[in-house]
Amino acid sequence: MRQGYQGVAVAVPVTVPYVRYSIRAAHWWLARGLSELISRSGVKKDEIDGLSVSSFTLAPDTAIGLTQHLGLSPRWLDHLPFGGASGVVALRRAARAVQSGDAEVVACLAADTNHVDSFRLTLANFSQFARDAVYPYGAGGPNASFAFLTAYYMAQYGAKREDFGKLCVAQRANALKFDFSLFRKPLTLGEYMAARPIAEPLHLFDCVMPCAGADAFLVLTEERAKSLKLKYATLRGTIERHNAFASDPVQMRAGWALDRDELYAQAGAGPADMDFVETYDDYPVISLMQLEDLDFCAKGEGPAFVRKHTFTHDGSFPLNTSGGQLSVGQAGAAGGFLGMVEAIRQLTGEAGPRAVNDAKLGLVSGFGMINFDRGLGSGAAVLARAT
Amino acid sequence: MDSDQGQRFLLERPKRKNPVLRTRLPTLPPAARSRIALGLTAAAAMGRFELQQCKDCGTVQYPPREACQKCLSVKLIWKILPDGGELLARTVLHHSNDLFFRERLPWHLGLVKLDCGPTVVAHLHDSVEKRVRIKAMLDRAGQAVLAALPEKEVNVAEDRQLREFSCDPKFRKVFITDGKTGLGQELVKKMASAGADLIWVGHSEPWKKFKGFDELAKIPQVTLLPLDLTDSKNVREVAAEIGAKVDIVVNNAEHHRAFGIANRAGIETARAEMDVNYFGLLRLAQELGPVMRARGADGQSSAVAWVNVLSIYALANFPPHGTFSASKAAAHSLAQCLRAEMRPAGVRVVNVFPGPIDDEWNQLQPPPKVTPAALAAAILRALQDGIEDVYPGDVAQEWLARWRDNPKALERELSA
Repeated sequence: MRQGYQGVAVAVPVTVPYVRYSIRAAHWWLARGLSELISRSGVKKDEIDGLSVSSFTLAPDTAIGLTQHLGLSPRWLDHLPFGGASGVVALRRAARAVQSGDAEVVACLAADTNHVDSFRLTLANFSQFARDAVYPYGAGGPNASFAFLTAYYMAQYGAKREDFGKLCVAQRANALKFDFSLFRKPLTLGEYMAARPIAEPLHLFDCVMPCAGADAFLVLTEERAKSLKLKYATLRGTIERHNAFASDPVQMRAGWALDRDELYAQAGAGPADMDFVETYDDYPVISLMQLEDLDFCAKGEGPAFVRKHTFTHDGSFPLNTSGGQLSVGQAGAAGGFLGMVEAIRQLTGEAGPRAVNDAKLGLVSGFGMINFDRGLGSGAAVLARAT
Repeated sequence: MDSDQGQRFLLERPKRKNPVLRTRLPTLPPAARSRIALGLTAAAAMGRFELQQCKDCGTVQYPPREACQKCLSVKLIWKILPDGGELLARTVLHHSNDLFFRERLPWHLGLVKLDCGPTVVAHLHDSVEKRVRIKAMLDRAGQAVLAALPEKEVNVAEDRQLREFSCDPKFRKVFITDGKTGLGQELVKKMASAGADLIWVGHSEPWKKFKGFDELAKIPQVTLLPLDLTDSKNVREVAAEIGAKVDIVVNNAEHHRAFGIANRAGIETARAEMDVNYFGLLRLAQELGPVMRARGADGQSSAVAWVNVLSIYALANFPPHGTFSASKAAAHSLAQCLRAEMRPAGVRVVNVFPGPIDDEWNQLQPPPKVTPAALAAAILRALQDGIEDVYPGDVAQEWLARWRDNPKALERELSA
């Protein structure tokens, strides 16, 4: 088995308040995230010797250009345009950097801006396969791709719209206790069911709303975190996998199913030990797939699992406790960080009114990049309250 | 699926246009493709469904790519492959980020597992069930897209969605530039039986009745009109009269005299061929092109297509018909320019490359020769099916295969 992740601290969860549209560039949002990390941690800017950047709208720049833009001189640099997988992947790689001593303090940043026409342009040029073989077909973007997965999942496993609705309604309740969520009104199941169709079987509240925003966190050694007197979570285990099960005709599982045993072995804990779970949730069907692949229930039993549990922060299975992207908004690649910063808050006592009671162990899952017909990247991490 | 199901699309005669309302401007579906993906377009332009197959391990690839996903070989060959598949999932878009589709919602799409391997996203014909066959067709931007059709034969032009990619003459107004020839007369009959609304038929010598004139005049949709493609003023007058109404042009007028260079003195015959075959097209395109471009999205029966009857001799010179070959090569080159200029409006330029037509000017050509009726049928099918390069007849198909295989070898063979 691979080396563990002992001695790694994850700290200073930052969310730069999201807005629907911004006239600023991605650089502005990344700068805000970094500056928050510095002011809240007490780390000096030139002590940040590792930088991990996730963004789509940073183009034509990449992480290396950002170092000059922000006046940083890191000795370890990572650029991760991995969308929803970027939070877990950033953490996993930064953890190895601080474990090996390649860097002492890694700032993990994710941000995207959203101008009025940004989303259309991002879709049109998302990937070669998308441009050649998906976008010319109605230009529905990820809505169309997830409509196929959702339709197939419903036909295969008997999920009903009400099952997806239950998750969306619970997440909205969580979001109302998170100051930065863009959706501030309660959502009822009736409203969910009555919403207009977008890409059948998906309706309005099944689809994330693109927005601008940034999220960030620090990865450093536990000693360093202690000397800075930071509240932090520890990393018990993490996995990353790309393009798993490529020959499945339609995506009903992803890399988690391949690597979950190793994840839980590293963590020394199983699914039943998790006090809360943060899934990647651009559409509710993918949350069900993650719960199945991460062994919270068997494949195909997602619908029954949903019917059995409640998903608010004080429910029987606290899920996406800040509201998830469905109720906070999807700030591009920062969407891949949303669950991560929320998990850190839950484990460092910063979750305020939506705190999960006595949370000691949480799972964060990431999923990203609909390159053609499916999401390629998957990852998960188990974080624990520092003892 | 709760909407839009079970209501079969019935194409109805469009209402008369209200001239006060603004004419909708043409939009196109997303046209950007990687160079490798244009292999799909190259096949679809001829009505073929081809995907890349690895020469080394046989794996079929989709979307198009540079290297085999299984064995990393870069020897990926475009091949005609079995088109059967199974519909895995479907969706109906009620929202699109693109103007073209936004104007045409709701839009049905499917995810299809092909029998030959890959999973593809496809536009859906409205009567598909579980089993489908995949067809590659050109969309309004002139790029290949995949459509999932029922297994039984269907006319894609009668489907609400796929009609957007076809150039069906039904309820459209067609202009055929020469009614005097066998081909011209067969074209008129075909367009009339396919439901064309009005058919203008040109004839260059209005002072005398040609053979078949009375028969044409009897067809209710037909209006005969004097047209001489060598006369700029006449072409301008005809365009002024009918240009704003023409949805489909079929330029079949040609001047054809045999022999090469040494068999004739002077350039009069060659100039006459160029004057009709090349400059005639240029005159017509200058007068009709702009107004057709403006009408690329003018309601259900918008301007959609421009057909050029060229010749397989446009690809490689056939010395016994040397000057005629040259004029058709010139016309082909100009037609490519016209295609580029019409493309932003979604008006398709269809180039037809027949082998020798069974007419008086090919008397000495041995069979097989393509009959005017077969040629007209091929043109109609190309319009309905979304094809832009048509090589009708066995001779054209054989020349095309030889030319694609080795153009230099064909040149030597033709000079033998």
